[in-house]
Amino acid sequence: MTENWIILGATSSMAKAFGRAVSVEGARVFLAGRDMADLETSAEDCRLRGAVGAEAVTFDARDISGFGAIVERVTQEDGMINVAVFVGSMPPQAEIDADPSLIAGVVSDSYTGPAAFLQTIAPAMEARGGGTVIGVGSVAGDRGRIGNYVYGSAKAGFHTYLSGLRNRLTRSGGHVVTVKPGFVDSAMTWGIEGMFLVAPPENVARDLLAAVEKKKNTIYTPFFWRIIMGIIKAIPERMFKKMSV
Amino acid sequence: MLWNSLTYAGWGRVKTASGPVARPERVSSLQAALADDPGPAIGHCRSYGDACLNDGRPAVKMVRLDRMIGFDETTGILEAEAGLKVGEIARVFAPRGWLPTVMPGTGFATVGGCIANDVHGKNHHGAGSFGQYVTEITLMQGGKQTRITPQSDPELFRATVGGMGQTGVIVAAKLQLLACKGDVMVVTERRIDNFDSFVAALDGSKATYTVGWIDATAKGDQLGRGILEEGETDYGLVPAKKSSKSVPFNAPRFALSKPVVKAFNNAYYRRVSEAGRTSVKPIQDYFFPLDRIHDWNRLYGKAGFIQFQCVVPMGKLSAVKRLLEKIAHSGQASPLAVLKRMGPGRAGMMSFPMEGYTLAVDFRAGKKAFKLINELENMTAEAGGRVYFAKDATLGAQHVPAMYPELSTFAAVINKIDPDGVYETDLTRRLKIRSAL
Repeated sequence: MTENWIILGATSSMAKAFGRAVSVEGARVFLAGRDMADLETSAEDCRLRGAVGAEAVTFDARDISGFGAIVERVTQEDGMINVAVFVGSMPPQAEIDADPSLIAGVVSDSYTGPAAFLQTIAPAMEARGGGTVIGVGSVAGDRGRIGNYVYGSAKAGFHTYLSGLRNRLTRSGGHVVTVKPGFVDSAMTWGIEGMFLVAPPENVARDLLAAVEKKKNTIYTPFFWRIIMGIIKAIPERMFKKMSV
Repeated sequence: MLWNSLTYAGWGRVKTASGPVARPERVSSLQAALADDPGPAIGHCRSYGDACLNDGRPAVKMVRLDRMIGFDETTGILEAEAGLKVGEIARVFAPRGWLPTVMPGTGFATVGGCIANDVHGKNHHGAGSFGQYVTEITLMQGGKQTRITPQSDPELFRATVGGMGQTGVIVAAKLQLLACKGDVMVVTERRIDNFDSFVAALDGSKATYTVGWIDATAKGDQLGRGILEEGETDYGLVPAKKSSKSVPFNAPRFALSKPVVKAFNNAYYRRVSEAGRTSVKPIQDYFFPLDRIHDWNRLYGKAGFIQFQCVVPMGKLSAVKRLLEKIAHSGQASPLAVLKRMGPGRAGMMSFPMEGYTLAVDFRAGKKAFKLINELENMTAEAGGRVYFAKDATLGAQHVPAMYPELSTFAAVINKIDPDGVYETDLTRRLKIRSAL
């Protein structure tokens, strides 16, 4: 049976690597995002690498009115419906401090937009009795830190949403994987100081596929971030509040 | 972010550069980077010397623009973004019966890099150079994209192929792929006793893919002994290869000392029986034998290494022998030495190939090696040959006009396109390419 993968935020390097990985396995991919010219090119790349079908679809996390059309398009195809969410935005905390109205956009991109999309498509997944959601969150959602707590709080909300959705989709044979990547070698981290152990997007994509295969609930990628975040979470708040990690 | 302040090196690690590097993931960000601070395009930095370096100035790393844009099953023409690795094309297309018509010795070379260096492969004697199979190039010059073909813009096309990135940023290209039987190679290896028989064997070879490994430490009667490898593509199953290995740290100096290299070469020579042998290999192992060992350049230690590669015209065979003699007596050679017959095929004004014999030898960097390479360069110039820019880190600018007779035409074309020299690299500055009028 054909696996349909809707990839939200498909212009990111992590999403591109994931799209290629499922294409090689013969999936049908729907590359969702705003830069249509770029997505059309990626769609052709996916087809040439083995996807049975690949097309670009318009998706703007801040515009819920466009979600229905994507669901309608995808449900025309046979096979399981799967969604991989790679959207999110992280303006520097200083910019947010200067203009608190930016918070709404961060929350839409990183949490409420994708959550609303998943909410829209969940009935179609349930009707087909299965399907997987990969929700890419962030280690930043594990604890609020001075450097990016607005983004972190949006991702924390998304993590909680995903655990609820997992609870729901399990009943119809579906599954949800929550992914918490550390530093990934992407346009977002290129040239940012203080990056270490930066993972290539291809490795992250491989971890995602393995997690889907093994029906993992929450993964950290690369794996050692589970240990790093375990330590960070264990620091008592009375000490943590004085630190800048 | 758009820019990252990096220190980076050519594959030989003898030359390094520091400066802002952009790594766009979309064409729109490439445009933004070039509008912000224009510079030459670089890829995976597999050229050995300074062709991929721009010290103190900006460069645009194209490796994330690496998609296949379209493929025509009837003609075998693939359009791909410049950052796509040539090995990736082979991996995806060989099982479907297609291969890049020309492949260099590493699959990590990008499409853009293969064009900019007009690279050659083991089939050069028959097929010619990479650029001869490029049917269209999308160039970005000052934020504007233009598509050029050999017919539409013959002069600009010939300046772009082999043009070391000097005509602008190569964004994408159409490549004529070659129909092949499948993704395995049938390889025949034969021991060759000495230089004269090697040349005879290369001249007489009927194989599509031919390359000769030379024991560059052998002297006297054994000078130029080695192994001739001949290959053809085929279909069938070969055992899946093990995962790749990597060299975790810089090797110490003794790892490539004279006795070690001599012993290694002797064993490598004798691994093929006197009667020769035929084996079947996965296509990647044949074309890109060293790619399975990641970071193999660390074997040469911290100081890095230089590859000397020259081509000498047909009539000057004795000069090739003298080069080999000089290398063998220096005791500087590493195990990596290759001799190949080249055909006349070339597609650009500054392309390396010429009909004759090409010799490539690695040397661990050091004072003695630099002195030796300098002499080899002089001998090459005297013989009417040329040195390969993709490998070069040491050539003197005075040699370039004679080695590359179309230099002044090339310089005129690029100076007109890029009067401010924003696409210049450390190599073009060292070789004074722009001032050669």
